[in-house]
Parts: sequence; structure tokens; C-alpha cells
Amino acid sequence: MAEKHIVRVTDVTKHFDLGKIVVEVLKGIDLTIETGKYISIMGPSGSGKSTLFNMIGGLDKPTSGKVFIDEVDIAQLDAYELAWLRCRKIGYIFQTFNLIPVMTALENVTIPMTFAGVSHDESLERGMELLQLVGLEGRHSHRPSELSGGQQQRVAVARALANNPAIILADEPTGNLDLKTGEDIIQLLKTLSSSYGVTVISATHDYKMLNVSDQVVWIRDGRVDKIQERSELEIRTGGLGTVEAEP
Amino acid sequence: MRRLVALPMGKSVQMAYQSIKVRFFRSLITTMSLVLAVAFLCYILVGNDLAQALLSTGDPVLGQKLISAGYDVAPGDTSLAATAKQRWIVFLSLLVCVVGIINAQLMSVTERFREIGTLKCLGALDRYIVRLFVLEAAMQGLTGSFAGMLAGILAATFSGTIRFGLDIFGIYPFQEIMISAAWAIATGTGLSLLGVLYPALLAARMQPVEAMRVDQ
Ligand SMILES: Nc1ncnc2c1ncn2[C@@H]1O[C@H](COP(=O)(O)OP(=O)(O)O)[C@@H](O)[C@H]1O
Ligand SMILES: [Mg+2]
Repeated sequence: MAEKHIVRVTDVTKHFDLGKIVVEVLKGIDLTIETGKYISIMGPSGSGKSTLFNMIGGLDKPTSGKVFIDEVDIAQLDAYELAWLRCRKIGYIFQTFNLIPVMTALENVTIPMTFAGVSHDESLERGMELLQLVGLEGRHSHRPSELSGGQQQRVAVARALANNPAIILADEPTGNLDLKTGEDIIQLLKTLSSSYGVTVISATHDYKMLNVSDQVVWIRDGRVDKIQERSELEIRTGGLGTVEAEP
Repeated sequence: MRRLVALPMGKSVQMAYQSIKVRFFRSLITTMSLVLAVAFLCYILVGNDLAQALLSTGDPVLGQKLISAGYDVAPGDTSLAATAKQRWIVFLSLLVCVVGIINAQLMSVTERFREIGTLKCLGALDRYIVRLFVLEAAMQGLTGSFAGMLAGILAATFSGTIRFGLDIFGIYPFQEIMISAAWAIATGTGLSLLGVLYPALLAARMQPVEAMRVDQ
């Protein structure tokens, strides 16, 4: 199979102008991500992971440089096309789960399908399937406040999958979860990635992620420090696998 | 093919309704100032309707009662308008009400930054967000105005009975009161929509990155 690049980032910089000072967060990032891979963006807190991640997700614009999704320069998209991209191509998973608090689990999973123009009945049916897929059968009528953190994140995973996206972007998906629940979510993402061929990109400083990643991009101080393939990792995971994640 | 996202009207209405229902107490507080202002407006309007009806009977005893109740009628007058003072107070109460609504809605937008950001990440357009807020305001406006209208009519009828006796039921001006009620509801709903306009625009302009914000 010819390798296809689902995400391509070329020489991206990002500055935040805070009035008096300008903070340079990203200082020139080049990155290509192949379709179907499970990628972890690793780095210490404050290294610019979330910032890079927001660029890839089309949530923020780079100061300079370009981001291509499926070989489309997202800076060229208008508001409608951008909304369409977010709706159909990308599934987002957040550290804070971000379910809509007034909606049930099932309704949360079906909103992206509503935006995508899927009929009501069809979206209900698919919503139930997805909830089952993430192990939440029987919980469809619960509100987020009635679910545990791990369960909420499962709903969020189901929601991210709703429109069969090409990419799932997860920013610190385990950041608000305990060790065991975090591992479950990582395993779930890994399973989905390998069985549906969806590209998973997750920003994290959780070393548990290393075990499942096909590729790890280490970010340090706004630059790509090194990129490691799975094969290079195997040698080291023995040591790193036991390192506890930062709280 | 143009790549479009969609949010059917029926679904928008359902989402807005659900949002109000689940956040019932919050909605109640937002609506409370509106209920009071509309009740006051309706009380004044209906009070005048009653006085007008009494005046139209031409009965000098009732006319005397009107004057002693503080109405500005000279002998021989056949119509009676809201006094400048009444208009001024009603205007002020409505103004205070709009400011209250804007304030409550701004707080609601601030509280819901994550929800709004998330909806945008899921593909919502700016105008869906405006639509949701406007629909919520319309529903709150209609319900609040209706409640205020009922309270206003009851209060005006009650105070009319005390001031003029049971005579008012003989000449109860149903039609005029219905018109006043309609005015009160229209005004209340209009104010509710006016109050949400700026907050809804702010909400729509909120960026999807907001959803990512993690407060320490
Ligand atoms: N909107 C912003 N305005 C100003 N500075 C920001 C903004 N977003 C992020 N930063 C700064 O950029 C740096 C990297 O942040 P972030 O990308 O969130 O790091 P990470 O996700 O790796 O912890 C931090 O120093 C942070 O303070
Ligand atoms: Mg971060």
C-alpha cells in the first residue's frame, strides 16, 4: 500500500501576542503523519503540545507555515468548509470530556451526526451501536453528571467516532482519569485505531501511551526533539512502561 | 458538491427547550425580572382599561371614585390616557428588566464557554449558536411574559375590586384587556430577544479552542 499522509505540517510557528511580550510557543515544526497510525505527541507540560494539536485540528491558525489535512491546506478553507472538516473528518477528544451537560449519552453521540445531516432514526441507531462499541450499553439515557469520568470519556470516544472521521485528535485524554481508567481508554483508542484504520493523534505526557503508539513525536520547547518509530521504542518501553505518569 | 453542515429547526427547538428544562433554576432567575416587569406593565394597562370602562359608563358616582383613586379626570371627560408618570415608571421598569436580562445572558454565555466551544468542534456554525440562544430567549420570553401577564391582570382586577367595588365585573372590558395582554406578551418577548442579542453574538464569536481550555 502506498503511504498516504493524512496530516502534513510544514514549518509551523505560533506566537501569542500578549501586548507587551510575544510568546513564541512553536518555533518551526515539520511533521508528516501517515494514515491509520497511532501517534503520540509527547513532551513536558508547556512544551506546546496543545498548541500544535489545535493547529492540526483546525481550531487555531498558525502564525506562519501550513497545515494540510488530506492534502488540503486548511488555511484556504472558509468557515463552512472548516465546520464541515471538524464535523466529518476529525473527531475530538478532550481532557475535560466536554460532553454537553444537558444531553443524555445517546444525544451527545448523535449531535455530530445531526450536523452531518444524518436522519434522526439512523443517527439513533448508529448512536446505540457506538455506545455498545465503547462498552456503555444500557447507559444511553444517562446524563454526563450521572456517569463516572471514565464513562464520560467513553461517550466522548463514541461521539468522536460518530461520523467515521479519518482522524481522532485527543489532547491529554487520560489527564483527568485515574491510572486504571486511563489505561482502559488508551486500550479502547488503540483497538479502534487498529480495527477501523482511523488515525489517532494524541497529545500527552502520560507514558502509558508509549506502549500502544506506532510513532512518538517528542516535542521540546516548541520544536520536534525526535521522532521514534515503534521498533525503536520496544527497546526502551521496558524501562519507560513502569514510569508513572505525572498526576 | 458543496460541503455543508446542517441543524434542522426542529432539532434546534428541541435542544433549546432541553437546555432550559435542565437548567430550570437558572432559567427561572433569568426570567424572573421579565415576569415582574411584564406583570407591572400589564397591571398598569389593565388598570387603565378598567378605569376607562368605568368612565365610559358616565356614572358620576363612579367618576368620583376614579378621581379619589388618583385618576386625572375632569368632569365631562370621556377618555382617559396613561399619565406621564405611569409611562415613565413603566419605561424605567422595562429598561431595568432588559439590563437584567443582558446581564443574566452574559453570565450564561460565560458559564457555557466549554459547551459552545465543543459544539463548534463538532461542526456547529456561528449561526447555530445564535439560533440556540435566540430560541432559548424566545421560549423564556413567551413563558415569562405569559406568567407576568396573568399576574398583572389578576393584580389589576383585584385592586380594581378594592377601589371601585364589585361594579367593575358588570362592565369588565374583556376585549380591551385581551388587547392589553397581547401587548404585554409582545413587549416581554421582544425585550427578552433584545436582551439576548449581544450575548448571543458574543457566544457565536467564541472560538472552538475555548473547548480545550483547562482551568487549573
Ligand atoms: N492562548 C494563549 N495565549 C498565550 N500563551 C499561550 C496560549 N496558549 C498557550 N500559551 C502558552 O504556550 C505554551 C505552551 O502551551 P501548551 O501548548 O498548552 O503546552 P502543553 O499542551 O504542551 O502543556 C505555554 O507556555 C502557554 O502558557
Ligand atoms: Mg496541553
